[in-house]
Amino acid sequence: MSRHQSWGRYPKVDQQALVLTNRHNALPTGEHSLLPFGNGRSYGDSCLNSEGVVLDTIYLKKLISFDLNLGVLRCESGVTFAEIIDVLMPKGWFLPVTPGTKFVSVGGAIANDVHGKNHHRDGNFGHFVRQFELVRSSGERLICSPSQNKELFHATIGGLGLTGMITWAEIQMKPIQSAFLDVETICYSGLDEFKRLSDDSKKDFEYTVAWVDCMATGADLGRGIFMRANHSTNEEASFSPKKSLTIPLDFPAWALNRYSISYFNKLYYWKGSRSHGKTFTQSYDAFFYPLDGIHHWNRIYGRQGFLQYQFVVPSEDYGAIKEAFEVIAKAGAGSFLAVLKEFGDIPSLGMLSFPRQGVCLALDFPNQGSRTFTLLDRLDAIVREAGGAVYPAKDARMSAESFAQFFPKQKEFETYVDSAFSSDFWRRTRMDQN
Amino acid sequence: MKEIVIIGAASAVAQEVAKQHAEVGDKLILVGRNAQMLADIAADLEIRGAKIVDVISQDLMEFSEHAALSEKIFSAMPNPWGIYMAHGTLPDQEACEKHYDAALDAIQANALSQISLLTEISNRLAELGSGRIAVISSVAGDRGRQSNYVYGAAKGMLSIYLQGLRNRLQPKGVQVLTIKPGFIDTPMTADFDKKGLMWATPQKVASDIYRGMEKSKNVIYTPSFWWPIMFIITHIPEPIFKKLRL
Repeated sequence: MSRHQSWGRYPKVDQQALVLTNRHNALPTGEHSLLPFGNGRSYGDSCLNSEGVVLDTIYLKKLISFDLNLGVLRCESGVTFAEIIDVLMPKGWFLPVTPGTKFVSVGGAIANDVHGKNHHRDGNFGHFVRQFELVRSSGERLICSPSQNKELFHATIGGLGLTGMITWAEIQMKPIQSAFLDVETICYSGLDEFKRLSDDSKKDFEYTVAWVDCMATGADLGRGIFMRANHSTNEEASFSPKKSLTIPLDFPAWALNRYSISYFNKLYYWKGSRSHGKTFTQSYDAFFYPLDGIHHWNRIYGRQGFLQYQFVVPSEDYGAIKEAFEVIAKAGAGSFLAVLKEFGDIPSLGMLSFPRQGVCLALDFPNQGSRTFTLLDRLDAIVREAGGAVYPAKDARMSAESFAQFFPKQKEFETYVDSAFSSDFWRRTRMDQN
Repeated sequence: MKEIVIIGAASAVAQEVAKQHAEVGDKLILVGRNAQMLADIAADLEIRGAKIVDVISQDLMEFSEHAALSEKIFSAMPNPWGIYMAHGTLPDQEACEKHYDAALDAIQANALSQISLLTEISNRLAELGSGRIAVISSVAGDRGRQSNYVYGAAKGMLSIYLQGLRNRLQPKGVQVLTIKPGFIDTPMTADFDKKGLMWATPQKVASDIYRGMEKSKNVIYTPSFWWPIMFIITHIPEPIFKKLRL
């Protein structure tokens, strides 16, 4: 199976790829449109370019420089977060912002302006990018930073790889004293309580996130487990990671159904309720990357793949979250993992950055064809109504109209797109092509 | 802290081997053709913990320079713990069938260059009475097959040369490791269709090499499943083998 597919394994395309081996080389030229490809952790079609080629950065993985005192790392764009952690954590430096998987590339993290459990405090990954080199199809090599080529800087952060090829980037890392976190889990009974917990926690906790039992209805709607954590201050910078599991093959399509999902959610809630109110120490791997311990976990959704759906709505509009849960429950669609998080009010730097002040919910659904797509269209309508946005990194199906409404700077962004670059996502969501 | 020389340091496998040595803080000399690439690799390895003793940019196809290269290496690092040799090419079999020049190039790049340099290096180590040499050969050298027998012949020559060298250096206290990888997913094989389980990552191959070197092995197949495969392939009777499309 080709490595050039998206994490949700939908849509399935036959993707042509060219491997880049040296950051100093010129971009390949030809008839085909180009799109950088990092580690394939985007869920939908934003990392695919089936009508053209992808530029695989798997071998652009050299560290270029690291200032041990200031924590400034310069590295090639294909370096993954996992590699950065391996090298820099023993030196006392951690990623300033990390998504729920460490198997993303630095280039991908910039192109999607990824966020994490510390958004309320620190913002997005883009806020910690000091500068990067952008190679355009014209052959130009531009250093982009908040002060140099700044329009392209703001277009490229969250720019879905469409503004050119990032060859290297410079990241401000974050000092830590330990590879562990002090984590507190709290069972909460509904959305009001979640909001209160988020408000109460944002000052004293670097990381907050909640898992929601999205199969719970009625009085239990929105119940879940709230987690809040800080880096531990014990001097334990090293630990040996657990051996990881691999899902060796696709699960059959029937394995995930409303009963198994409901059962899993109940079990998870029950497990969480047992540690309610307790504080415990957890390794960074267990806290930030619980699913990375299971390689190819996307295979549990079977050959049809799955669709992840992540959206944000303004905090004043918890009604939209409630409505979304009701629509999902009514459709009997259930999501294995539903993750809820209050974003802070730090403005994103990218023209197409997804995070904005509000409450954010991420869900995944096995691909059950039109049934799933109808449900997601219904959810789009709720998000549009609330003035929110859907995350392009997770998307494989939003309409051009929705995209334009979610990302009002889309027109401005378009002027910075490199004419030789394109993606399946971009072709799909361009207004003038629809 | 070990003292290590890596020849062909820009190859994907060599880079991964170097990273493993960097992680434990070893001292490295890097030898390769492209000075820019070597400088980038050296910077990367230093951040990972290596001490870079020297970076030598040298076209390894210039055999007349091999004595001087060896001199340079041993004056910068008089008593190396281990020397890796990882350079080579993947020739176009069809071109090799049509033109002897292409076949000669392939044999020079994959056997004679190594043999020329090993002559210099092995005599130095024999004099020192210590050290280890690890050379990347290939499973392709175990039996000639129509799909890549020129490359196979070069690697076969190299494997047999290493066998003899190991035999000769054994009483001198110098260990020789022959590495026989199967298919590796690297830029060198970027044009191949990499479906199936036979393809290994450079990281996996590098771990096997690193461990083989630590344990003073003689010959390793990497990944190890190639040993039974090659056992079968080398034991198929020729009247049958010649009819196979391998």
